[in-house]
Amino acid sequence: MCTVCGCGEGETRIGKAHAHDHDHPHDHEHTHGHDHSHDHPHDHSHDHAHDHSHTNDHHYGKGPAHAHAPGLSQTRMVEIEQNILGKNDEYANENRHFFTDNGILTLNLVSSPGSGKTTLLTRSLTDLKDELPLSVIEGDQETANDAERIRATGVTALQINTGKGCHLDAHMVGHALETLKPEKGGVLFIENVGNLVCPAAFDLGEAHKVAILSVTEGEDKPIKYPDMFHAADLMLLNKIDLLPYVQFDVDKCIEYARRVNPGIQVLQVSATTGEGMEDWYQWLRMTRQMRLIGRGDLAEKTESLSTASST
Amino acid sequence: MHEMSLCEGILQIIQTEAKAQQFNKVKRVVLDIGVLSGVEIPALEFSFEVVMRGSIAEQAELQINEIPAQAWCMQCADSVTVKQRYDACPECGSYQLQVSSGDEMKIKELEVD
Repeated sequence: MCTVCGCGEGETRIGKAHAHDHDHPHDHEHTHGHDHSHDHPHDHSHDHAHDHSHTNDHHYGKGPAHAHAPGLSQTRMVEIEQNILGKNDEYANENRHFFTDNGILTLNLVSSPGSGKTTLLTRSLTDLKDELPLSVIEGDQETANDAERIRATGVTALQINTGKGCHLDAHMVGHALETLKPEKGGVLFIENVGNLVCPAAFDLGEAHKVAILSVTEGEDKPIKYPDMFHAADLMLLNKIDLLPYVQFDVDKCIEYARRVNPGIQVLQVSATTGEGMEDWYQWLRMTRQMRLIGRGDLAEKTESLSTASST
Repeated sequence: MHEMSLCEGILQIIQTEAKAQQFNKVKRVVLDIGVLSGVEIPALEFSFEVVMRGSIAEQAELQINEIPAQAWCMQCADSVTVKQRYDACPECGSYQLQVSSGDEMKIKELEVD
């Protein structure tokens, strides 16, 4: 089991289905004393104790619920109303401002391990590096192997090792930006840790999440990991050159993806043969241009940032 | 997913609030967790106990309000309740649903001393 997130075994649906514990103690006491004597004083006592307690406790009946009546104890209730991931979202907003100010299109690439994310990325970098200013943040649990593969293409890359962590968070990316100094008007790829679960919830300040799924995986992955495919705006179906050799129903896969996310766009590519890659590049160019509308000062700029303004 | 990180986030918020609102013991933590938030409640309860150990919220009772998910069905032009993201509309069977709530993950309130 992952020590940070607890994702691992035991995360079954069963837990969820039964998380609604309905505790229903029903105490009904009924005493009926009837005294009858012959002297004709007629004593009729009718004792009717009706104790009806009804607790509707959602969680395993721990403790007396709502025992916080004023005056009974010194405890008080404090309204919090804060998102648990609020801290991450604050950092993500800082990153997003930085990206907007500098006209940088940031894409958060997410997939399971082995979907061909790094291969797809290195090919894209090789094909586009003379056309667009590019940079990469690599997230892996350990090793700098991927950053080295990226640097071999001539593009700047920074490796983040999450150690025990199963996802990148906005704070890590903020720090990476200070060192990486991505170029204005360029494209920044963030290759997240190979994991289809946790990265879905952590906003990094990116413009889009791009989910990569390969045909060697199951076609039902979009509904097995619905959170991720729901959060992504684009799905790249990779390794389509292998379709003749695997049992993978492309239409079914796309249908599943649309079930969890009716607005998702799907492109079929092969990073090995190059098939369909031009569509992906076109998507990149168009998306970048959309962000640069009204930013004529940045559109053609490729010089490095002298100082990073983000923290 | 990441329930341990979530609990660390909860502890961070509690510590910040403890300074701001002047309390030094937390007896109960009330969370709103949407059914689509991806949070596995038993895992959260487990991590909660571990993460709160040694903090001002040690032994605090964890109360979780599960928030049901609502979605807008484009075919029915109506709001419906769903259990999962890929659920079909319970009324018409369409998958053209826009989930509108159910991914909440927040600290609602604290009972403090």
